[in-house]
Amino acid sequence: MFDNIFGIHESALVLHGQRLSVLANNLANADTPGYKARDIDFAEVLAGASSEAGLAVSVTDPGHIAASGGEFAPGELKYRNPYQASLDGNTVEMPVEQAAFAEDNVRYQASLTFINNQISDLQYVLSGQ
Amino acid sequence: MSLFSVFNISGSALNAQTIRLNTTASNLANAESVDGDPAKVYRARHPVFKTLMDTSDSDGGDSDGAVAGVRVLGIVESTTPAPKRYEPNNPLANKDGYVYMSNVNSIEEMTNMISANRSFTTNIDAMNTARDLLLKTISMGH
Repeated sequence: MFDNIFGIHESALVLHGQRLSVLANNLANADTPGYKARDIDFAEVLAGASSEAGLAVSVTDPGHIAASGGEFAPGELKYRNPYQASLDGNTVEMPVEQAAFAEDNVRYQASLTFINNQISDLQYVLSGQ
Repeated sequence: MSLFSVFNISGSALNAQTIRLNTTASNLANAESVDGDPAKVYRARHPVFKTLMDTSDSDGGDSDGAVAGVRVLGIVESTTPAPKRYEPNNPLANKDGYVYMSNVNSIEEMTNMISANRSFTTNIDAMNTARDLLLKTISMGH
């Protein structure tokens, strides 16, 4: 019953956190010559993460190690197409990255709010009042 | 690559931008330095930034070229020729009466300073955002 109480927000929270670190990398390398800005296609990765949940590797032996979700598979990190290429080969565009960072920040908090609401709903039900 | 790595990534950028500000301060301070020998005169210094690749992949597999911040490879001196000026009364002047000026371009340094300042602020903001999100995540369910 409690297997999937948080729905998609559980994986969404992890993915938003990872996307924030990818975007922080872009911001950190805004002045590095030749650096190519990277990002993930969020919808695609989340679809992959939620479909994999149904096909999780089963752990039947104490020696088995549970397959760790939450890491990007190779190829999921994509390169951003710059609006205007710069001469030193850097494709970080500050406003684009800042906007994406702010957006992901809000989406992370949205997922967190959904989870918190779910928890308080359950606590309300459990208290039996 | 979790939200915690934002602190390392942005922290490395803060360090790199601090070094850049340091070189800018050094260049501006020496903008008017002169010497009688063009080989000894102060030359503008600039840091070289390089993307830091994450080689410590936990499962030993392909980390998909995940990057983990930025680092300063080194400081290079500008090779622009030092301009010379005729100042026979200057005690540093050579036998022909010329002194060589440092090749610091003050305008370039000022724009560098503004750019470093803005990058520093952006990375601080990223760190503060990550901190707020993590604190909210820790207090989940309260």
